[in-house]
Amino acid sequence: MSLLEIRDLRVTYGSGAAAVPAVRGVDLRLEAGSKLGVAGESGCGKSTLALALLRLLPQTARLEGEILLDGEDVLTMKWGRLRAVRWAGASIVFQGAMHSLNAVRRIGDQIAEPLLVHRRATPAEARKRVGALLEQVGLPASRAAGYPHELSGGQRQRVMIAMALACEPRLIVADEPTTALDVMIQAQILRLIERLVAEESLGLMMISHDLAVLADTCDRLAVMYAGRIVEEGPAGEVYRAAAHPYGRALSSAFPRIGDPASRRAPRGLPGDPPDPAALPDGCAFHPRCPVAVAECAEDDQELRVAGAGRRAACLHVGRESG
Amino acid sequence: MTSGPLLAASGVHVTFPGRRGAPPARAVDGVDLEIGAGEIVALVGESGCGKTTLARTLLGLVRPGAGAVSFAGEPLAYTSRALKAYRRRAQLVLQDPSGSLNPRHTVYEAVAEGLRIHRAHRSGAEERAAVAEALARAGLRPPERFFLRYPHELSGGQRQRVVIAGALVLEPELIVADEPVASLDASVRGEILALLLRLRDELGLSALVVTHDLGLAWNIADRVAVMYLGRVVETGPVESVLTAPRHPYTRALLSVLPESETPPVVLAGEPPDPARIPSGCRFHARCHVLASGEAAQVADRCRTEPLPVLRAGGGERGVACHWAVAGDGG
Repeated sequence: MSLLEIRDLRVTYGSGAAAVPAVRGVDLRLEAGSKLGVAGESGCGKSTLALALLRLLPQTARLEGEILLDGEDVLTMKWGRLRAVRWAGASIVFQGAMHSLNAVRRIGDQIAEPLLVHRRATPAEARKRVGALLEQVGLPASRAAGYPHELSGGQRQRVMIAMALACEPRLIVADEPTTALDVMIQAQILRLIERLVAEESLGLMMISHDLAVLADTCDRLAVMYAGRIVEEGPAGEVYRAAAHPYGRALSSAFPRIGDPASRRAPRGLPGDPPDPAALPDGCAFHPRCPVAVAECAEDDQELRVAGAGRRAACLHVGRESG
Repeated sequence: MTSGPLLAASGVHVTFPGRRGAPPARAVDGVDLEIGAGEIVALVGESGCGKTTLARTLLGLVRPGAGAVSFAGEPLAYTSRALKAYRRRAQLVLQDPSGSLNPRHTVYEAVAEGLRIHRAHRSGAEERAAVAEALARAGLRPPERFFLRYPHELSGGQRQRVVIAGALVLEPELIVADEPVASLDASVRGEILALLLRLRDELGLSALVVTHDLGLAWNIADRVAVMYLGRVVETGPVESVLTAPRHPYTRALLSVLPESETPPVVLAGEPPDPARIPSGCRFHARCHVLASGEAAQVADRCRTEPLPVLRAGGGERGVACHWAVAGDGG
């Protein structure tokens, strides 16, 4: 059994004529001890996907499909069970640690909160555990007495990670954990996440717009566009040789220093992602696609096999030889 | 075109008073930097290294405590009249386009604002033509379609183009862009950088791009200056600095990029407080080359002997490191 298995997940905001599909049929699987990266632009549905995993979406969101965490469907769980799963089964590290921490409470109290709520640890036990958690993420235990404003951005992100680890979850979902951090601090945080995943045999789902960072950190990579996975496979292969034209565009947007092809030649992708409320017919990517043909405007594309352990939702996959 | 640099900073120091008796913060602690006409220079460094303070000083927004800034050979005068005239020639593009646009102003008003401040005498038709041209140059075509839009109706990339159009409308000679693509999606990032390159090619515009992103420097800059704790520690043409870095700090920054082929050197901790700049080489406490013993023959100098200010201008390379400089001789 996989640690996490998502089957045909659909998330729709609103209803009737105003319904906006944010996630449109996502299938993903994550094993314990492995790292899955989910890449995509703003508005592609990647953060909705992350929040759906623990049913953290607003009431107006309608969820369909299955989210199996250790075989148990999160979407049909009773409220009490869901509360137990949040933090202890799976926890989320959100982007922007400055906004996710309470500015007027001591750091140690914030880390201890899920422990006290879920584990019924005594305050003394919780205090000891907080110290150990802070040291595990590379901060001195004495920081527990401090407030968030006394920490740098990187240190706050470490606190967020300590908090996520507090109840020893099996799955960590990290939504843009290093966005807005400097390169050196980003490297420190990524190494920390990698080490923790390996030591505790956790499953990691990391969500980012930065394909290069995901490819460097994760084992597998899924590329999302307009609420769907359009490409999935081993991280290095997807990054270096994407099968879907969107994956290719996204990966070539990251310059390779030293590569003469990207010197004085920044590459992007013209146009903007489609409005989820008014998706184009056919393949949702066709209006921006450099290799679109007439059929692309009519036929929606399902994921298909694109080599060993790889899938891509493009009409050209499997057609051409090279 | 003059033969000297368009913009030159020499020996610039900017100090902010310390809070509650703390020593003053030396945000910019001796920088020589030049930008030639039509040149794109990337000023690279981590948060807190002083790069934004330096950029603001170059624009005349901060008056240096010591040293001088000159534009087209003339030292900046800090009277409000002179500064206003200077700001027509040197424009700032801020990092977060959502924060730098007034949500209640249309695109037209946002772009025309600079014109109105600087030459109120323009007729309505002239103003319309200038706004349309700036929007078109920034890649918003047809420009008339954008005139009456509000920022919330635009995508992040379009907003950044409006901000750039607002700078271009005054036909400046230099733009200073502070993290111009940091808040944008990867696919949009390339488009905005390509725009900056095109503006240089079409208008001969010079640019100083302040960023923590070395890939950006590789994408568009001619020269790069790497800043650490208030000083430029390495400078030179992009090709040579980024493919053969000499300063241990530049090496470490490049080594932790996802694409890097060299083993990552993850520096521990964070840059020290600019109020407590270490003696000797300011990087020595975090230097992996010194810690590994590789720099043993210069170790004493690293700890005690300060390095001279680099001149970041022209085509030559410079590195402020005892170990790298000693390596040249031997």
